[in-house]
Amino acid sequence: MRQIKVLGPGCPKCKTTYKNALEAVEQSGLPAEVTKVEDIEEMMKYNVLTTPVLVVDEDIKIKGRVASVSEIANYLR
Amino acid sequence: MFDGLQHFSDWLIYSVFSLGADSHLGTALNFFVYDTIKILILLFVIVFIMGIVNEYFPVERLKNYLHRNKLYGLEYLFASVFGAITPFCSCSSVPLFIGFVQGGIPLGVTFAFLITSPLVNEVAIAIFIGMFGLKATLIYVLSGIILGMLGGWILDKFNLTPLLSDWVKSILDSKTQPGTFEEEQKSFRERLPDITRGAWDIVKGVLLYVIIGIGIGAAMHGFVPENFFGQYLGGGQWWTVPLAVILAVPMYANAAGIVPVIQVFVAKGVPLGTAIAFMMGTIGLSIPEATLLKKVMTMKLIGIYFGVVTVFIIISGFIFNLLL
Repeated sequence: MRQIKVLGPGCPKCKTTYKNALEAVEQSGLPAEVTKVEDIEEMMKYNVLTTPVLVVDEDIKIKGRVASVSEIANYLR
Repeated sequence: MFDGLQHFSDWLIYSVFSLGADSHLGTALNFFVYDTIKILILLFVIVFIMGIVNEYFPVERLKNYLHRNKLYGLEYLFASVFGAITPFCSCSSVPLFIGFVQGGIPLGVTFAFLITSPLVNEVAIAIFIGMFGLKATLIYVLSGIILGMLGGWILDKFNLTPLLSDWVKSILDSKTQPGTFEEEQKSFRERLPDITRGAWDIVKGVLLYVIIGIGIGAAMHGFVPENFFGQYLGGGQWWTVPLAVILAVPMYANAAGIVPVIQVFVAKGVPLGTAIAFMMGTIGLSIPEATLLKKVMTMKLIGIYFGVVTVFIIISGFIFNLLL
């Protein structure tokens, strides 16, 4: 099962990314778990400077901008 | 450059809707159509250019550069300029702050970035060009950068480390991490779709604010009498600048919405310097940002930070009014 994490303290951009991730998983029909990381201490473990961040299986894929549904779906394949 | 657009708005409002060019409603609607289209074009162009710059100079690069090099004061300039070109999102300020501190970058330099980042941003620049022209925009951008440098430099002179939250202090005590930033090896062609999409996302995100802001501006433009504000605020009374800034700081408005409204204030007699200072206060400092920063700073430090920046914005307001 893929692990998708969306890091961001809760600004509109982070919420959109989270929503897009949920949608991408639903569309793909693949087993994946989407979690939202809002805790700054947890977030800093990934050593990122800009949010939102998309993490797939502990690998940083996109940072500092909203990831679109199709982009996220690509990482799921 | 925008002549064609003016003809289009004249044609649409005065011919198609056959509203009189001398009626309040006609001028207001004309102003609205012309400004909205012009601003949206400028917005996309500027945001797109900034997107390209940002692809090649991501903030991680600045962090690594500052970490590796001794710059004898120039680091304030770099941090401030980077703050200006990095797209700002209030929720990025905390991760950025921690990341910089973790990377061993002095607090003052981190503050320089933090001050300029919201103060000068791509959305405000685009709308500023559209509303006030290139000269005023240049003054706004340069003063924002200088303000960040000076503010950061002054803040560095205070002993602020004890005022950080305990969690951040523990990060400072632990070893500084070297940057682990890998440059992406992509051609411009490969990057272009992401840049375009990013720019479009930003424009889409502020679209509503632009329309509301210009709408309010257009309504006021048609209905507020000429030199209305000038009678009360335009006489160069010294206290108007501090008053405008102090009113602006707790306000939280999107640059996209606030600039078109300010433009009307200026058209009706408020000095441009006072207006720029007001805008800087609104977008540069805000209560939501303070709330986020509480995770990394004590209230006292936030107070000092906001206080220093407020004073500097007021001083720049005075300077603008002298220069413009």
